[in-house]
Amino acid sequence: MLVYLIRRATQSVVVLLVMSLLVFVGVYAIGNPVDILINPNADQADIERAIKGLGLDKPLWEQYLVFLQQALAGDLGKSFVFNVPALQLILERMPATLELAVTAMLIAIVFGIPLGLWAGLKPDSVAGKTIMTGSILGFSLPTFWVGLMLIMVFSVDLGWLPSSGRGPTRELLGIPVSFLSWEGIKHLIMPATNLALFNLALVIRLTRAGTREALMQDYVKFARAKGLSDARVIGVHVLKNISIPIVTVTGLQFGTLIAFAIVTETIFAWPGMGKLLIDSIHVLDRPVIVAYLLIIVTFFIVINLLVDLAYSLLDPRVRLADAKA
Amino acid sequence: MRSLATLAAALAFALDFALAPPAATAADLRIALAADVTSMDPHFVNLQPNNLVAWHVFDALTRLDDNARLVPGLAESWKAVDATTWEFKLKRGVKFHDGSELTAEDVVYSLDRPTTIVNSPGSFVPFTRPIVAKQIVDRYTVRLKTAGPYAMVPYDVNSVFILSKRAAAGVRPEEFNQGKGVIGTGPYYFVAFKRGDRVELARHDQYAGPRPAWDKVTLRIITNDPARIAALLAGDVDAIEQVPTADLAKLRGNAGFQVAQKVSWRTIFLHLDQFRDRVPGITDKSGRPLDRNPFKDARVRKAVSLAINRPAIVERVMEGAAVPASNLVAPTVFGHAAALKPEPFDADGAKKLLAEAGFPNGFSAVLNAPNNRYVNDERIAQALAQMLTRVGITTRVETSPANVYFVKARNQEFGLAMLGWGSFSGDLALRSLVATFDAERGFGTWNWGRYSNARLDGLVIQALATLDAGKREAVAREAMTMGMQDHAVIPLHHQMTSWAMRKALAYTARTDELTLAYQFRAQ
Amino acid sequence: MGEMDPPARDPSPPGDAAVIAAAAAAPGAAEETPLQRIVADFAASRIALAGLALIAVILAAALFAPLLSPQNPYDLAQLDVMDSRLAPGAQSADGKFTYWLGTDDQGRDMLSAIFYGLRISIGVGVASTLCALAIGTMLGLLAAFFGGRADSLIMRIADIQLSFPAILIALILLAVLGQGVDKIIVALVAVQWAYYARTVRSSALVERRKEYIDAAACLALPTRRIVFRHLLPNCLPPLIVVATVQVAAAITLEATLSFLGLGLPITEPSLGLLISNGFTYLLSGKYWISFFPGIALLVTIVSINLVGDQLRDVLNPRLQR
Repeated sequence: MLVYLIRRATQSVVVLLVMSLLVFVGVYAIGNPVDILINPNADQADIERAIKGLGLDKPLWEQYLVFLQQALAGDLGKSFVFNVPALQLILERMPATLELAVTAMLIAIVFGIPLGLWAGLKPDSVAGKTIMTGSILGFSLPTFWVGLMLIMVFSVDLGWLPSSGRGPTRELLGIPVSFLSWEGIKHLIMPATNLALFNLALVIRLTRAGTREALMQDYVKFARAKGLSDARVIGVHVLKNISIPIVTVTGLQFGTLIAFAIVTETIFAWPGMGKLLIDSIHVLDRPVIVAYLLIIVTFFIVINLLVDLAYSLLDPRVRLADAKA
Repeated sequence: MRSLATLAAALAFALDFALAPPAATAADLRIALAADVTSMDPHFVNLQPNNLVAWHVFDALTRLDDNARLVPGLAESWKAVDATTWEFKLKRGVKFHDGSELTAEDVVYSLDRPTTIVNSPGSFVPFTRPIVAKQIVDRYTVRLKTAGPYAMVPYDVNSVFILSKRAAAGVRPEEFNQGKGVIGTGPYYFVAFKRGDRVELARHDQYAGPRPAWDKVTLRIITNDPARIAALLAGDVDAIEQVPTADLAKLRGNAGFQVAQKVSWRTIFLHLDQFRDRVPGITDKSGRPLDRNPFKDARVRKAVSLAINRPAIVERVMEGAAVPASNLVAPTVFGHAAALKPEPFDADGAKKLLAEAGFPNGFSAVLNAPNNRYVNDERIAQALAQMLTRVGITTRVETSPANVYFVKARNQEFGLAMLGWGSFSGDLALRSLVATFDAERGFGTWNWGRYSNARLDGLVIQALATLDAGKREAVAREAMTMGMQDHAVIPLHHQMTSWAMRKALAYTARTDELTLAYQFRAQ
Repeated sequence: MGEMDPPARDPSPPGDAAVIAAAAAAPGAAEETPLQRIVADFAASRIALAGLALIAVILAAALFAPLLSPQNPYDLAQLDVMDSRLAPGAQSADGKFTYWLGTDDQGRDMLSAIFYGLRISIGVGVASTLCALAIGTMLGLLAAFFGGRADSLIMRIADIQLSFPAILIALILLAVLGQGVDKIIVALVAVQWAYYARTVRSSALVERRKEYIDAAACLALPTRRIVFRHLLPNCLPPLIVVATVQVAAAITLEATLSFLGLGLPITEPSLGLLISNGFTYLLSGKYWISFFPGIALLVTIVSINLVGDQLRDVLNPRLQR
């Protein structure tokens, strides 16, 4: 186990290095923020001074080495545009995104698993078919379209929910969250639902597929034949069978949820780090882009580790040492 | 199929959204801004949203009025005392938010400060660099010296906000975000800045100028267009800036809201490469490179201009929120040559000119445009391509986001490209856009087409060195007329900027596009 | 728990995408072929058949777009900005042409734009999914079957891949390559392959420990045969679920990239681009610009998914009725 963790950590460092290099080169290939932000009245000398001031006149490898050196000291650089440390900028925005993503994931699981079970257990019923059709719609509607529709219907037309922003936040263990007040929850509902939609559909489908498959398995048939109650059969055997794909997918999807919160955050003006990223891309604020990606990658590495660990707990046949040997 | 029902409901709504917005609190104003505010330090980066916030908290020596003409700000008057010296007389008794009085010390401190901020991607230094020496004559008089005669000083100081030396000295730019050093003389004082979300301001009761109507002002940042409109319709904000053209008609027809609109100083035009012999994207109809650069021929440039149906673009693409352009600056701006008229649409004339220039069958071109920079930019590009294709210049449109676009443009990768420009004055616009490219002198920095005309350069130099405003404007107009008649660039239209608000409000629309809370009034 | 292991399997199970292709190419097989069973099973669901019929209609519309469309929406010379934003059923300015579904901001006939848009959307979705499926499956199988360094390497690359938000990859690619259909396909493949690799690997990890693989190995069958004839078919059900999802997701992602201004060139709009382009006008009541392409997109994806759904049930070797 320890060997596994060490091995995993070493790999992660390599991943982070490769990743930061890729982003560095990628963003460098696009250009520099001075071209976009420079005062129109500036002349060539002003432009060069600005480029120099940001350290962008040095060769790429030197810029990267400077970045690495600082990164080792925990400094991911200062945002070109906001003039504050990129890490601070992202950490400031992170609670908003995490709250959105966690809420979305909860919505997907809390509604998705029961609906998927129902559809799996009674695949030919009207309800089962309706659920499946609904889940297909969940995939079919582009997020931005649904977001706009939600705003039009629930804020503008019905006036039930606020159209954008995060609303008031309260501190929970020093982290600002919005779900502790009714006003905050009202701000959270639409963006979270919007973000959850795709995953809700995914969870429904996976649960249904897993359930149907489990019901065909001999051990479930056997358990039923033994006279075990339906509740126990479903609760223990079926759920166990569907847990692997669900854990994998929710685990993997959580990272992408955070990344793809970009669209939802843009539509709902949710002050999260996804919105920060897209704004930073628009002005080529490289320190923020790099820091954001490094944080997301770290997230991913942790999530994947957790998924693998959960795997080994849920399915004893998959042993980590074996999977990684 | 529940989603379809929802869709239908949304649709029914979209077809007729008559609804009464909820009444807002009496003396608070909530405005949705269209772009992100990045810093509370007014000298850090020259971005419109930052400047907009700064104009609430700070003031400058000179201001621009609604028509973008220069008017007194903190300076009650200014004059050129000799060829290289401008003298500014400060208003007396102007109080900072901390109660201290504004003096010449603060002015000199503020004009010195931009150069100390080295890591700015869009510095204010271009405005302070021409000033080579600053002299405090007395508590309320400052003299600014330039290396040679330079007419732009009163305009340049409009861009540099005046900070309190006592409050700001030693404060690092990033500390401004917590409110440290954010002490100005403006009508509002700083309350809170939540990055990416909002800026909160409150009225400065000792403000000497007209008393603003609002006790508290919240500037919400909602960069997404439909979300901004929705926030207004839902009553979450009282007013929004930069109304998308598509929503103007509907908002005007809605009894609950109204729209304020004005011709902005931003002009959209085309750069044509007149420098190289082989131009990127310009080929014959079968895709082979041409043996010469057609845009070097003034007849071809004129043909391009004649082929463009400007009223059609204004009416159909901009939905009325623009005026056809004949100049590089809008009609109210200094140096606009009113004698020039927008080129009339004349497809046959264009074909004839092309034939005369040796292109009876036309040629092929790639028109480059950004897709997130100017109002309806990629739609304009497509409409232009339609029009050019009709006269024989088979045109393909390539659009890219601003961050990719400007880098490529500076690298001279475009032969035919769209650019938008807002400027204090005609001569200044010509210096950047049309004057011969010269990195040393800082001329033609944005002259992508590399048009070059020594006589025009001479006029621009002369105008910028003429300190008498009346004489200077005459020279600037002459230069503008020369450039436009030679089709150095092809002006398309001047954008109009729109604000939308609850019916109970009114806004004095501004040519410089700024959204200022104190220009909103209750009706 | 784990009272009994799943029973050992017939070493060459029938559920296999190759079966469809093989069976389609192998005329008149003697006994009741797997294909006949699949067709019969598939036809058991009327809604899936309806989906199949819809797909056929949509594919035909996409294939024959140039013949069906009253206008070539990509030829700017055929468009007239004076006809822009006309309501459905309106006449063109010269009175010669009726826009049955209205026009967009360039005066593009929406009906023609939808036919052409279908072509691009489906093309982009299918092409990127197939490429990603092939690459991802291959790598996932390699990782699971060989384990060790290959596994680590592939899965770590997948981690890197999945840690890049799609829009960043797209932006970087577009900045370096420029806009275009081929570029967007590259971007979509780049963001998708890792899903398949992971999915295949996770089910293959479970499968390869089962007795039928051991049995095949004992028979000293070549590795390639074990992987492709035995392991792969049993990894297919989750793959089909993912692939179904991904065709739809690819089309949606392309629309999203367009929404963010990074997608296809505006002059040759896909359905997604038509929708996002029409968004601007939705609030102002000009619903047709995004509504009709939206419906076309919806119908396309729903029918693809309906068929994929039924196929999955039918092809699942563990779900035989």
